[in-house]
Amino acid sequence: MTQTKKNQQPQPAAQPKPGSAFAYAPAPESRSVVDIAPSYGLFIDGEFSDAADGRVFKTVSPSSEEVLSEVAQAGEADVDRAVRAARKAFASWSALPGSERAKYLFRIARIVQERSRELAVLESLDNGKPIRETRDADLPLVAAHFFYYAGWADKLAHAGFGPAPRPLGVAGQVIPWNFPLLMLAWKIAPALATGNTVVLKPAETTPLSALFFADICRQAGLPKGVVNILPGYGDAGAALVAHEGVDKVAFTGSTAVGKQIARTVAGGSKKLTLELGGKGANIVFDDAPIDQAVEGIVNGIFFNQGQVCCAGSRLLVQESVADEVLDALKRRLSTLRVGDPLDKNTDIGAINSAEQLARITALAEAGEAEGAERWSPACELPSAGYWFAPTLFTGVTQAHRVAREEIFGPVLSVLTFRTPAEAVEKANNTPYGLSAGIWTEKGSRILSVANQLRAGVVWANTFNKFDPTSPFGGYKESGFGREGGRHGLEAYLDV
Amino acid sequence: MSDKSEKAEAVRLSVFKTYKLFVGGKFPRSESGRVYEVTDAKGKWLANAPQSSRKDARDAVSAARKAFAGWSGATAYNRGQILYRVAEMLEGRREQFVREVGEAEGLSKSKAAAVVDAAIDRWVWYAGWTDKIAQVVGGANPVAGPYFNLSSPEPTGVVAVVAPQESSFLGLVSVVAPVIATGNTAVVVTSERAPLPALSLGEVLATSDLPGGVVNILSGRTSEVAPTLAAHMDVNALDLAGTVDDAALAKELEIAAADNLKRVLRPQAVDWAAEPGTDRMTAFLETKTVWHPAGAGAASGSAY
Repeated sequence: MTQTKKNQQPQPAAQPKPGSAFAYAPAPESRSVVDIAPSYGLFIDGEFSDAADGRVFKTVSPSSEEVLSEVAQAGEADVDRAVRAARKAFASWSALPGSERAKYLFRIARIVQERSRELAVLESLDNGKPIRETRDADLPLVAAHFFYYAGWADKLAHAGFGPAPRPLGVAGQVIPWNFPLLMLAWKIAPALATGNTVVLKPAETTPLSALFFADICRQAGLPKGVVNILPGYGDAGAALVAHEGVDKVAFTGSTAVGKQIARTVAGGSKKLTLELGGKGANIVFDDAPIDQAVEGIVNGIFFNQGQVCCAGSRLLVQESVADEVLDALKRRLSTLRVGDPLDKNTDIGAINSAEQLARITALAEAGEAEGAERWSPACELPSAGYWFAPTLFTGVTQAHRVAREEIFGPVLSVLTFRTPAEAVEKANNTPYGLSAGIWTEKGSRILSVANQLRAGVVWANTFNKFDPTSPFGGYKESGFGREGGRHGLEAYLDV
Repeated sequence: MSDKSEKAEAVRLSVFKTYKLFVGGKFPRSESGRVYEVTDAKGKWLANAPQSSRKDARDAVSAARKAFAGWSGATAYNRGQILYRVAEMLEGRREQFVREVGEAEGLSKSKAAAVVDAAIDRWVWYAGWTDKIAQVVGGANPVAGPYFNLSSPEPTGVVAVVAPQESSFLGLVSVVAPVIATGNTAVVVTSERAPLPALSLGEVLATSDLPGGVVNILSGRTSEVAPTLAAHMDVNALDLAGTVDDAALAKELEIAAADNLKRVLRPQAVDWAAEPGTDRMTAFLETKTVWHPAGAGAASGSAY
């Protein structure tokens, strides 16, 4: 169906040529607001130190491949030292009145707010995401998350987990590179509020904001050992997860690694929560407000270059409006600006790493090889750094790899459906179950479809909305446990 | 030289503060022009406090009503930030309040400091409640049919608060903060004998990003101002905390409140130093339940 009117499709409006009167002039955010040191250590027991074996790794800016800093690389011995420090700090931290723990977290929230411009620039540099997103999404959410869980620290008796729920002990937390500081906030804020201490391993491609967070802990006067930060690779994460001194494991990342972690902790007493991959369906019904839906589709898959576990990476559009939606979508994609993450006009920044770019490239090639039709707007990509143009696949079947596998990049697979039942069937036809979107003006359809979707978060007539009060997490192989809201406390309580 | 200046300092006359009401974000005197003498616990003169009239009470109600839409419509997060800001501002003026509370309640410096610290922490406690109370007292209702059904708390409106008479500051904060945390606006009648810490709190609220009119503070004769508020048809609820030792007045006010079925929180003995529960918030919340059809086939059929 989508092919029949193909020849009548209007050509997407071309972007104004650079230099034309209608082109956007560069609007760069200043790099000078952040001072990145040439090297960083591990943050253990309130102090920075080298790795036991002296290893270091470089972190680069994915938009330029410039080396930003050299960072100590944690190994097994460092994990052990950090877990011991966290264990030592646990006794007094968990014994503090909740109201005092709350005040530490409020301090952290306020300092994050105060330093948010600096942190936004840092995050854009280290991750490659547009400054508009770090400034308007990541950083406000980070501060809000600490502020929210600060308030829970002295109210745990009201949270529905019994009159005096106890913390678990030492939490080992491993986070991904797509929202480095936000994922840190999602992990650390509820853990500290409930009285646990933390050893956190940021991703190897984005260690810097976590190390800046260590400095925020210093400014807040947080007792030593309550938060320990171990930059490193997967081996450090594996050692942390396996360490016998860890009582709680929280992981956000790929489903494959999540399964490995589940096997590692099997048979023991470690409490586990996992927030893993997704292949979210964004379902557009024929009575949807099309312009609004197109904005939501774009936001759903191109926010953070599509490197979002809850991305709406499968567009399910009702056949009768498929052509109209696709035409509007292509027009909209042609206006997206890809380029310098520090430019305030940039919509799409750099892919986080060469490895991730290779994965996206390979899957996109598989899409073409399997017979889906590939489309990208004309856009010039910078010569240095890791870049991938926004990409659409049409004529996608449920068997195609681009419909089944998480691409974690700016690639949207478009499928069609005729009835709501078929939409639900297709949306649920995935091992994942993290997010979904529903676009229709009919309230009862929203609620009935939402009821039938096997997904942890369902957005109706909006997409990629996050709030510290709202629980987030997946069904099926997207993991288990919820982060955010009252529900998010459970993962860190002995209940 | 230095001796001279020290002497000069020793004889320097201090500047008195004229204590004023706090209404609609401004600091008016009583429209009646009346004041009454406020003394410390030993009878020493401290200040002349405004003696509010019934007209002052009506002005305060209209300021509170005007502020209600904006304050109840603000996000819970925003309200939390502002309540936390109040704590920050109070912390900075801690010395002033330690002195005022000490004088007002006849407390030693260390006891007064403990009271002020508890009051600051109370603002922090309620700052944390703004965006949590809905998850604690609201939720989805599993009705027997294909309907979405959700109950959420909403603020009731303008709440008149008769503040505790003895605990002039911690008690006051403990009754005002829960009212505004959930989005209500408040008209507060201060402790009659010890109104000064409450009036000074107005100066803190005015510099804490709290919109004008959200909290309105009236000093004066409880028996004169409270009945006007209790009978006022644009007041939605009444907290009788400060009438705990005057059962006759409490009853009179509750009877007056019945005219427009105000929600009334009756006076009870409270240890203001103890951690509060959620009662003072839920007393001034409505529950709104929304139904919406969820279509047929609401259950998920597939296991995968």
